[in-house]
Amino acid sequence: MHKDQPLIFELSKPGRIGYSLPELDVPAVDVAEVIPSDYIRMEAAELPEVSELDIMRHYTALSKRNHGVDSGFYPLGSCTMKYNPKINENVARLAGFAHLHPLQPEETVQGALELMYDLQEHLKEITGMDAVTLQPAAGAHGEWTGLMMIRAYHEANGDFNRTKVIVPDTAHGTNPASATVAGFETVTVKSTEEGLVDLEDLKRVVGPDTAALMLTNPNTLGLFEENILEMAEIVHSAGGKLYYDGANLNAVLSKARPGDMGFDVVHLNLHKTFTGPHGGGGPGSGPVGVKADFIPFLPKPTVEKGENGYYFDYDRPQAIGRVKPFYGNFGINVRAYTYIRSMGPDGLKAVTEYAVLNANYMMRRLAEYYDLPYDRHCKHEFVLSGKRQKKLGVRTLDIAKRLLDFGYHPPTIYFPLIVEECMMIEPTETESKETLDAFIDAMIQIAKEAAETPEIVQEAPHTTVVKRLDETTAARKPILRYQK
Amino acid sequence: MLHRYLPMTEDDKQQMLKAIGVESIDELFSDIPESVRFKGEYRIKQAKSEPELMKELAALAAQNADLKSYTSFLGAGVYDHYIPVVVDHVISRSEFYTAYTPYQPEISQGELQAIFEFQTMICELTGMDVANSSMYDGGTALAEAALLSAAHTKKKKVLLSKAVHPEYRDVVNTYAKGPGLEVVEIPLQNGVTDLETLKKEMNDDVACVIVQYPNFFGQIEPLKEMEPIAHSGKGMLVVASNPLALGGLTPPGAFGADIVVGDAQPFGIPAQFGGPHCGYFAVKSALMRKIPGRLVGQTTDEEGRRGFVLTLQAREQHIRRDKATSNICSNQALNALAASVAMTALGKQGVKEMALMNIQKAHYAKNAFVERGFTVPFTGPFFNEFVIKVNKPVREVNQRLLEKGIIGGYDLGRDYPELENHMLVAVTELRTKEEIDMLVKELGDCHA
Ligand SMILES: Cc1ncc(COP(=O)(O)O)c(C=O)c1O
Repeated sequence: MHKDQPLIFELSKPGRIGYSLPELDVPAVDVAEVIPSDYIRMEAAELPEVSELDIMRHYTALSKRNHGVDSGFYPLGSCTMKYNPKINENVARLAGFAHLHPLQPEETVQGALELMYDLQEHLKEITGMDAVTLQPAAGAHGEWTGLMMIRAYHEANGDFNRTKVIVPDTAHGTNPASATVAGFETVTVKSTEEGLVDLEDLKRVVGPDTAALMLTNPNTLGLFEENILEMAEIVHSAGGKLYYDGANLNAVLSKARPGDMGFDVVHLNLHKTFTGPHGGGGPGSGPVGVKADFIPFLPKPTVEKGENGYYFDYDRPQAIGRVKPFYGNFGINVRAYTYIRSMGPDGLKAVTEYAVLNANYMMRRLAEYYDLPYDRHCKHEFVLSGKRQKKLGVRTLDIAKRLLDFGYHPPTIYFPLIVEECMMIEPTETESKETLDAFIDAMIQIAKEAAETPEIVQEAPHTTVVKRLDETTAARKPILRYQK
Repeated sequence: MLHRYLPMTEDDKQQMLKAIGVESIDELFSDIPESVRFKGEYRIKQAKSEPELMKELAALAAQNADLKSYTSFLGAGVYDHYIPVVVDHVISRSEFYTAYTPYQPEISQGELQAIFEFQTMICELTGMDVANSSMYDGGTALAEAALLSAAHTKKKKVLLSKAVHPEYRDVVNTYAKGPGLEVVEIPLQNGVTDLETLKKEMNDDVACVIVQYPNFFGQIEPLKEMEPIAHSGKGMLVVASNPLALGGLTPPGAFGADIVVGDAQPFGIPAQFGGPHCGYFAVKSALMRKIPGRLVGQTTDEEGRRGFVLTLQAREQHIRRDKATSNICSNQALNALAASVAMTALGKQGVKEMALMNIQKAHYAKNAFVERGFTVPFTGPFFNEFVIKVNKPVREVNQRLLEKGIIGGYDLGRDYPELENHMLVAVTELRTKEEIDMLVKELGDCHA
């Protein structure tokens, strides 16, 4: 029987403290004399009152109710849950990086600027683009930033009728959502039976109103869009631009660069390919790389190298503006830089080779037990369909929940939307063959259970701290905060 | 190649290739057409070993003047505060920092519960009904508040006070271009939003009025007088707030704000050269189903046990795609956790004590400047920042201060031409009387 962990508010007891502030060493002013009474808070915010040990016990207990990459295998497709190197954490905590104010004089932050500049240079080479901004805070933020630049580009050419952004039906939800926030309408292009963008459909939807095509390559099915140059030609000849969603870059490091595939603007997810850590949902970092034509529109400020050192350039009249206060998630960029420098060119190449080897190995071994909708080499991830198990009354959700009993984080499920009962599996390169084999064994056992003792799967999980949760009531009668 | 992050041995590799039915890893890339194949090697720096890289990067970090080696009076949206040491111990637990968004609630109860607690604390401080699980930062949270109010009211005009952080205003202006919002800036009057202009600009076309409380200059905007103006049309009142200030000041919710946003950086998050920090977003319950980002809700499992889940997901991009209320996906979860731990450690008493100590110390500093003969142009009530006039360019003055180990205040002339030679001085609880006296003395000497 698992014990509940009380809310921190329930552990609170009036009169306990968990802090240590310095004594007031200046003559006290009477707050009532300097702040009008209407603006002095009368009722204190009901925050917890607990001791330091209470805090550590509480959060330690919570951490034990959480699964991270360090806890076990985490093949969450599209998210690249690879190992998060510990040196990254140490570097990011150096006082000279962690405790820098963003508005300090430039001459006092030359080391930070050098790191940013050099990271940009590395990302330029890795993506094959001409310039990079580190400002966007995550992938979706990068998408919107890139689309705003594409918009500015068209407008600077006097072209105000490009109101549409094309996204494949396999696209991640942020793609169409970012298009909307950037003021575009979304048009969907279909995929073929082979899981690639349907060129005929693309020709049909592309036109003088096309601002851009957003593409993930390899796509979210884990398949390389081998017609990429033709697609680029179709979009470019209609006057549209090509946007690269870099969430899957782990599949092509040193193998293919977006800049060589015809892409004009790309974003990267440094928290995926470049080990940002994922932080339980963030913070990430979503740098955007562009071809030369787009440099004038980069958000300001940019980081430049001059004769007297590095500096921020604010004098950029065509810039789309600022997309974030200050200069991006610097702390995450420090981690990504540390990672790139730990790997070097050979290391990054090996990353992709092993990521792809691992995915293909798992795919081949599981293909006997689950439906494989796209039977060809995958890249860093692959999708399976739980169709066969569904006929036995076991859904993909059940399979995912059963995996929890084996100590695994399940794959991404029910995405991409075009695959019935989808499971999207991304092992990453940092997992050993033993880990892959053990997971494969668990998946095989679950396939057997689905046939022989389906209730074990349908009623899973059996070992977690809570069982399946009532999400319907959660949404119908939302309780979004603690109340006494 | 051998690398500590790559566990495959040559033997593993051979076995796996055999199982796949290919001869080489290269074959697995045969679907990448020759014409786009990258050949050769990235022209990037060669790998360094752990100790060598650590040494190199430590030296790079040491080139910077950090807030722990210098005495800083720089604020302007990012502050040097007491960070309880427990914060880093908690967020260094890898069960938290190596996890992702809690899609599988049964093995993510720790993160989900921590965020539920974060949402509660933000509601408590702001006086609002619902808070989400975090936004990228205060600036993008503010921009999303403008978009939300425009979408909800179906209006396109935003009245934005010039006393809002200049970089936040820039971000609002960038976001406004997407849906084509018209942003009208309301000028300053004695360091706060000019109420007369606000009244004049106010009409039924206004989606929202945006103010900051305390504002960019540290001044406490008169929300009590602003609320009826903001609500005299059919628009909303959006307030950006430093959550620490709300430990001592009446929360915006109590004045009738519809949306309150800000950055939780003052709670447990180091400056980090501007990020990652932690945006927060809080609304009245009427806007609950329109709020951007992730929300954690309480529910029960099949056996009646309390548990937590991501909820009201029908607002979000992975369900609604182009109809979502926002495109945000990854947020700032780990920093929300850091802020939660800091708010927990400070607790009910500590948050108030720390907020009041900021007021005390900033007022001591301001009075010392006045005594030393400095002009303090704005006369209204303020929190932990205030403006002084210096008789030289702030850049030059700050140069002299640096030589004394002091990072001076923000140069307001950068954003406000009328405030050339004006410095925004921040005084937190960490600045001692001695440090404040030294700042006043050094600036006074500069002045003379
Ligand atoms: C394919 C794809 N595109 C975009 C995103 C959005 O990235 P982020 O969560 O960093 O905003 C994700 C990840 O969640 C993704 O998997």
